[in-house]
Amino acid sequence: MWGIALLVFREVLEAALIVTVVAAATRGVARRSVFIGGGITLGVLGALLVAAFAGAITAAVSGVGQELFNAAVLFAAVLMIGWHVIWMSTHGREMARHMKELGGAVQAGSSSLAMLLAVVALAVLREGSEVVLFLTGMLAGGATGMVPGLFLGIAAGSLVGLALYFGLLRIPVRHFFTATNWMLVLLAAGLASSAARYLVQANWLPEWGGQVWDSSWLLTNGSVPGSILHILVGYDAQPSGIQLVFYGAVVVLLVLGMKLFGGQGKRAKTGTASPSPQQATAG
Amino acid sequence: MKFPLPLLLALLFPLVATAADTPTYTLELQNHRYVPNELRIPAQTRVKLQIVNKDPTPEEFESVDFPAEKIVMPNSTISVFVGPLKPGRYGFYGEFHQPTAKGTLIVE
Repeated sequence: MWGIALLVFREVLEAALIVTVVAAATRGVARRSVFIGGGITLGVLGALLVAAFAGAITAAVSGVGQELFNAAVLFAAVLMIGWHVIWMSTHGREMARHMKELGGAVQAGSSSLAMLLAVVALAVLREGSEVVLFLTGMLAGGATGMVPGLFLGIAAGSLVGLALYFGLLRIPVRHFFTATNWMLVLLAAGLASSAARYLVQANWLPEWGGQVWDSSWLLTNGSVPGSILHILVGYDAQPSGIQLVFYGAVVVLLVLGMKLFGGQGKRAKTGTASPSPQQATAG
Repeated sequence: MKFPLPLLLALLFPLVATAADTPTYTLELQNHRYVPNELRIPAQTRVKLQIVNKDPTPEEFESVDFPAEKIVMPNSTISVFVGPLKPGRYGFYGEFHQPTAKGTLIVE
């Protein structure tokens, strides 16, 4: 039971951390919980489907289907998060102001809800399919304590996510979206770095120098703090050159995007005589 | 945005060209154990590891010492490209059967 709980915990933890960050970043958005719930449901269904076709996925594209699939899922999440980060750079300030003034839910653009649904679904799908494959193997092997192990793992993983969530809520509203936006940037950069790692494993990308540094004496990839940091900021104890390139490229692109569109948002605002709350959040 | 594609192709072509003569090493999974559980590979060389799962259950070939993470379905074979690695000992395991599925790459 403990072995099952531990594996499930590790997989759930990775998904839970991603869900937590995007949930925090969409704080105050109306009907947010519906989209998070929908994302989890879609993710679980997707995980079952991916597990059912795991053999076909692995065999596809002369044996590198699994790497390409994982990289595609990761890049899709990077795109959705990136879109949201840039959108928030024009609307985050208004959202924070409205939350302070009205204290209630705000209207968000469709990008927030689409991002929420897709990123939650992709995170649950990726980690969930591994859990499903693991459990089917355990079931075939006649393991005991599967159900308590599964629930213990899910509960423990979700608890860490919840703890992070309530920790993030302590950030003052004024700085809240700035902080969550930066967390999203680092999350997306880390996911892109993981995608690069899969493509190197498939021999689709050159490594550009393996082990640019080795910080495993400090924190290994396998430890729980190491894997928490791996998801949150893309920590890797022995990154390859190409991983750093992907990581850096996402950070640079998103920061440029925020500067470019965030600047436009500011200019547009000063041009408006009396911005009404409806106008400010309609985008 | 005109040069990245040729650049990418130029970078990838040598890989495609050399993939055929990459040295290949095979590991088998039997009763949730790696056979052999120690594998010697040359240092500073990119190698292809083939993992043959002879068990009726899925496994995940994984390591924290070198980049590798891939599901191996029952009665099937996968391959991953590893390295070039510096000389040393690099552990790997089967994520779904960690108590038994453990092995070491000896890079020399």
